This record gives sequence, C-alpha cells and structure tokens, in this order.
Amino acid sequence: MFRNQYDTDVTTWSPAGRLFQVEYAMEAVKQGSAAVGLRSKTHAVLGAVNKAASDLASHQRKLFRADQHVGVAIAGLTADGRVLSRFLRNECINHSFVYESPLPVSRLVVQLADKAQVCTQRSWKRPFGVGLLVAGLDETGAHLYYNCPSGNYFEYQAFAIGSRSQAAKTFLERRFQEYDTYSREDLIKDALFAIKETLQGEKLTAQLCTVAIVGEGEAFHIIDQQTIQEYIDAMELSTGGPDEEADAAAPPSAEAQEGGEGASSEPAPMDI
Amino acid sequence: MALRGDWMYENNGGTCVAIAGIDYCVVAADTRLSVGYNILTRDHSKICSLADKVVLASSGFQGDIRALHKNLAARHLLYQHQHNKQMSCPAMGQLLSNTLYYKRFFPYYAFNVLGGLDNEGKGCVFTYDAVGSYERVGYSAQGSGSSLIMPVLDNQLKSPSPLLLPARDAVTPLSETEAVDLVKDVFASATERDIYTGDKLEIVVINASGIKREYLELRKD
Repeated sequence: MFRNQYDTDVTTWSPAGRLFQVEYAMEAVKQGSAAVGLRSKTHAVLGAVNKAASDLASHQRKLFRADQHVGVAIAGLTADGRVLSRFLRNECINHSFVYESPLPVSRLVVQLADKAQVCTQRSWKRPFGVGLLVAGLDETGAHLYYNCPSGNYFEYQAFAIGSRSQAAKTFLERRFQEYDTYSREDLIKDALFAIKETLQGEKLTAQLCTVAIVGEGEAFHIIDQQTIQEYIDAMELSTGGPDEEADAAAPPSAEAQEGGEGASSEPAPMDI
Repeated sequence: MALRGDWMYENNGGTCVAIAGIDYCVVAADTRLSVGYNILTRDHSKICSLADKVVLASSGFQGDIRALHKNLAARHLLYQHQHNKQMSCPAMGQLLSNTLYYKRFFPYYAFNVLGGLDNEGKGCVFTYDAVGSYERVGYSAQGSGSSLIMPVLDNQLKSPSPLLLPARDAVTPLSETEAVDLVKDVFASATERDIYTGDKLEIVVINASGIKREYLELRKD
C-alpha cells in the first residue's frame, strides 16, 4: 500500500528499510530471457536462451567475452548489459596493460558491483536493469559469480537467472554437488539440460540457445551451433558418446576467440 | 658520452627488415640489445605479432618500443571486441601511424617496419619514421644497419619507381625461400660492419597458413 510513496527515487528509503527502485530493477532481471551458468574446478560454462522479439527479428546477444579468461551472460535490459560488457572489457584490458597478467575474476566482479552500487545512491541515476553471470578462470580455478543491479555479488557453483529460471535452478540444485569433478562435456550437457528446463516443453534446438565455455587451456569462446546440436542430439538419444563430442568440440575450442555466430548463417548480432 | 640530465631516450640499436611477396611477407630483426659500446643481451626480440596477419618489428629505444607494442596490442584487443574480427594490415598501419603522431611532441623513439598480408592476401609492408609518417612499400629496412641494407635490397628487389603511372606493384616476384635467403644474406653483411647488429637473427614469415618463426646465428663480435 505504501510502496507508491517511496518508490519514485532510488535515493528514497521506505519505512521498512528498502529501496524499491533497486528491487524493481531486480524485477527487470526476472523478466529477461533465461541465462544459466555452472562450473567445475577447471571449467565454467554459460548458457542463454535466444529470445527474439518477433519472427522477423534476430535474437539479442546475451553472451559477451570480456577477455580471454572471462565472459558474461546477461538477463534483463540487454542495452544495459552491453554497456556493462564494454566496461568489463575495458577493465580487463587496463589491468593486463599495467600488470601484464589477466585480471582475477574476483576483482573484476567487485569493480562491476561497485559500479552498480553507485547507481543506487545517486538521485539523478537509475540502477542497471541487468543481472550478469560472470564466468572466468584465474589462478585459483574456475569461478562463477552473479552480479545484481543492487551492487551485490555472489559466487555460485551453478545458477540461473531470468524468466522461468526457477525450473533450471531446481534442476541444478539436484546436481551441483558433483560439478567440481565434472568433465567439460558433462558441464555443457548439464547447461543444455538446465536451459531445456526453462523452455518448459518447447523443443530444444541449437538455434534456441547459445553456450559458451572457458577453462584450463581454453579461452572463453562461444561454442558453434553444430557442436551444440550434436550435444542436444546425443542428450535426446541418452546414449552419450562423449568421445565423439569431445573430438568434435576440440577443434572449435582450439580456435581463437571468434564467436560461433560469425560463422553461422544467423543475422549479425547487435553488438557494439 | 656526456649525457644531459634531461635526455630521456637511449638507442638500443638493432636493425629490422621486411619484404613483401606475392602471397607472403617476411619480417626479420636481429636480437642484439646494446647501450653505447656494451651489449646488454644477445637474445632480445624486436618483433611483435600483433594480429593473425600483422607483425611489427621496431628498433630504437627498447623502453618506447615495449610501450608502443603493448599499446597496439591493447588497441587490437579492443578492436576485436568491437568488430568481432582481427585487424587487417592496412588498418593496423593507419593505427600505428596515428599512435606515433599522437606523441608528436614527445615521440616514441622507435623505427618501425610493419609487415603482413593485406585484405587480398598479398604481402604488405609499411615503413615508418619516428612520428608516424608512413608509406606502403615492397620492402624496407629500419634501424642502425638500415643504410647498409637498403641499397642491397634496392639492387636485388628492383622496386619500380612510385612515380610511375599506372602505379606498379611493389611486391617482389621472389619466392618465399628466396626472400628468406636474401634476408639472411643482408643481415650477415650488415653484421660485419654495423657494431649494433649481430648475435642472432629472428625471421618471421607470414602467409596464408599463418605465422612461422626461424632463427639464424650471426656473428657475435
């Protein structure tokens, strides 16, 4: 009842000690199409559902590379997500330039969180309406973080954000205990399963989702559609055949950073 | 040599050469780092692989060269993020020129030769002065041994005059192995007379299949 009085400005507290504008921003994240992330000790996988505004439009890009060793998946206002990705890329480049070593993921997410926090404490700004799943590899292993519009960040073994992410989270909750020792192929399969859960009945095809991976000896890159389709087919048959997939997946992962979307016949992603 | 208190440069010597072929490019530089009459190291690379098809060789002040290479590498990463592809050699050529001119009033003490393949897969060499004036040529030498090497390259590679119309291709019809042999010969000769050139020669060849590196021992005196 009293929400309306205290929700105009981000700098206005409610009597219950809440900042409604920030909470509304987190709602925007829940409205975006789903994104999932999971990690083992050595690899981290990000997946996203490609939702297009209409059949005529191309889908919005939700996975961005920040550096060789870090990438993000976004959910919510994709424009805000693009801007933050640009910020992340800049921070990574600046750190590499000064210290000649990759920016540790934990530091990157702190810088991102601090940037988000600023927008919760200025009356002339609004919070970023995007949640980011940051997946990266550094000296301490593979990591997955979730950055909120509120400026909070949390580390996860596995997580899902966006619309119908609860189904994915339920699936991940059942499985995450073993993820530390999972192979990269099993991680990818589980990511696809988690994405499938968010589709709630719709058939999962490589067109509908994007998957990226980063890990030891593997720079962050988006896995090409053909390999993804092979994983999906194998999942449906539920016979596995991980060796075949490993061979098929090895050449793309050995290649450099070009995203799979460049190679496929999809329309050009709208990226800066 | 008496140094002024405010002289901020140092010449670390060395020579760089690049030759453009029909479908390849050879970029080579010696690996000696010197100061005055002393050798600091015999094993220092002056060559930087900037992109898939772009290689930069610079001689002069090693501090500025390192900074310049880092700068360009960072700019290339930014370009890749924005355009989802690698920079072409002509694009990097322009970027290098702009980067050098940016410091027109406190220049990078770096004499550069940029080599690679252009958008059509043909060999591409750009030669620079310290403040960014550049030109696409068929071959070039920069650094302490350049005045010894350039006349020999002119003699062997017979580049047509850039004043001719219609413009003639400056790339050499030599094969890759012939060009590499020529580079080895000119460096061996330059090493004889230039005290700052010697120790080891690093040769980088860029062609459609990628970047290949080889080394040749030079005289150590």
